Amino acid sequence: MPQVTYIEHDGTEHPIEVEEGLSVMRGAVDNGLPGIDGDCGGECACATCHVFVDEAWLAKTGLPGEQEASMLSFAATAQPNSRLSCQIVMTPALDGLVVRMPEAQH
Amino acid sequence: MNAPVSIDAASEAWTTPLDQLDPSHPRRFQDDTMWPFFERLRRDAPVHYSTTSPLFGPYWSVTTYKDIMAVEVNHKAFSSESGLGGISIRDRPKDLRLPMFIAMDPPRHDAQRKVVQPIVAPANLAKLEHAIRERAGRILDGLPRGETFNWVEHVSIELTVQMLATLFDFPFADRRKLSFWSDCATAVPEAGGFIDSEEKREAVFAECLAYFTGLWNQRVNAEPRPDLISMLAHGEATRDMTPREFLGNLILLIVGGNDTTRNSISGGLLFLNENPAEYAKLRANPALIESMVPEIIRYQTPLAHMRRTALQDVELGGQRIRAGDKVVMWYISGNRDPAAIEQPERFLIDRKRPRQHLSFGFGIHRCVGNRLAEMQLRILWEEILARFERIEVVGPPKRVYSSFVHGITELPVRIPA
Repeated sequence: MPQVTYIEHDGTEHPIEVEEGLSVMRGAVDNGLPGIDGDCGGECACATCHVFVDEAWLAKTGLPGEQEASMLSFAATAQPNSRLSCQIVMTPALDGLVVRMPEAQH
Repeated sequence: MNAPVSIDAASEAWTTPLDQLDPSHPRRFQDDTMWPFFERLRRDAPVHYSTTSPLFGPYWSVTTYKDIMAVEVNHKAFSSESGLGGISIRDRPKDLRLPMFIAMDPPRHDAQRKVVQPIVAPANLAKLEHAIRERAGRILDGLPRGETFNWVEHVSIELTVQMLATLFDFPFADRRKLSFWSDCATAVPEAGGFIDSEEKREAVFAECLAYFTGLWNQRVNAEPRPDLISMLAHGEATRDMTPREFLGNLILLIVGGNDTTRNSISGGLLFLNENPAEYAKLRANPALIESMVPEIIRYQTPLAHMRRTALQDVELGGQRIRAGDKVVMWYISGNRDPAAIEQPERFLIDRKRPRQHLSFGFGIHRCVGNRLAEMQLRILWEEILARFERIEVVGPPKRVYSSFVHGITELPVRIPA
């Protein structure tokens, strides 16, 4: 299974295997990781699964779609490498992905 | 404590022909008898067209969680614009409709919302936490023991109004003006309360605008500060607002910033009293506050609905909604949808995914203050548990006459001496 490394705001790293076809949000929530909430359950409708994609992986995760970009534009700490992790679906090409979490989700 | 299930309401809900069903009457929400109507609609007509409302004209009801979500994320087809009717089932007279960012579509909505959004940024919330705790403690320490009092008045309103005064940097001694304006803004004229006409409401709005214009004038000439008025006065998308638009956004922030949390504070205490086993669980394990808070917000659903207006023909749940139609998303129904939430009729403070509820809305209009609302409830309950073994609800609640604000005006309680 491809692996994602989730890094909490305080630096704590969580390497987690996430099944192909599941979202990066789901991988965090199903494993009870703190720092990713996913209130809407993956509908791209709440922006509480906000992550910063490691620069090295940006080309592979791609850019936010239109709805995602408008949700992200309301996130307090959005950066150019911000994504909603419910919109990143695991593929073999994403094995080794590194994402960092913001200070808080809201 | 539980009001007996109204047999009349249930039988009416299940026997009225679908084409004559109208779940929107404010009286039902005041009597707490609207539930079976939504149960019927979720089962028999999840996207339903009503033409029989004596108050609101024809409208669509969207009653399941999944369909509500579909409307929420499709803001291109479902408009919030105040000029089209805005966000509530009631169409106010055209010339009295207030522009405010919750009742705007992109791009205007986005630009104005971003001006106030930083007030609830994580760093700002952290700064507010200490003040909330201190105030909650002071309010609770001042409550009478061994006598009956109205929890809504003494706690729910007081705590949320203090918070709102802080967010506006509003003169503290005048803070009850804020709850007065809030109640006037949401009052239903035919309910027979203080606001019994739109003229009276406009007169109150004029007072509110005049007061806040004074604050604006102070702030606009000073350095930008992290309070809502200063942010609006200096924000690029808001500094040139018309007075009417300023008033609209004030009303939005006043109602959104206190009325909703007020009713969750009242509802939470009521639900714990109606469910003694849950209250016992909470006392045994205060860590459950974390999951109880979103459960209270789901179970109360402080705003029963949000309304949209279709901009184009849309297919939803097998029905054809036409351009121009009024579409009502009944959050209060979607939050009790068994297809989305396990045992939705039960108040359970240790649910697995308690934040999966519709009370804050979803999509671009999702409540700006949702984490602040949760924080206020969390701190209040931490402070309650630290002080009182039990707060008893000693009589039935009085509810608001409205199918928009789902609220409680009186909750008689007693703290054992």
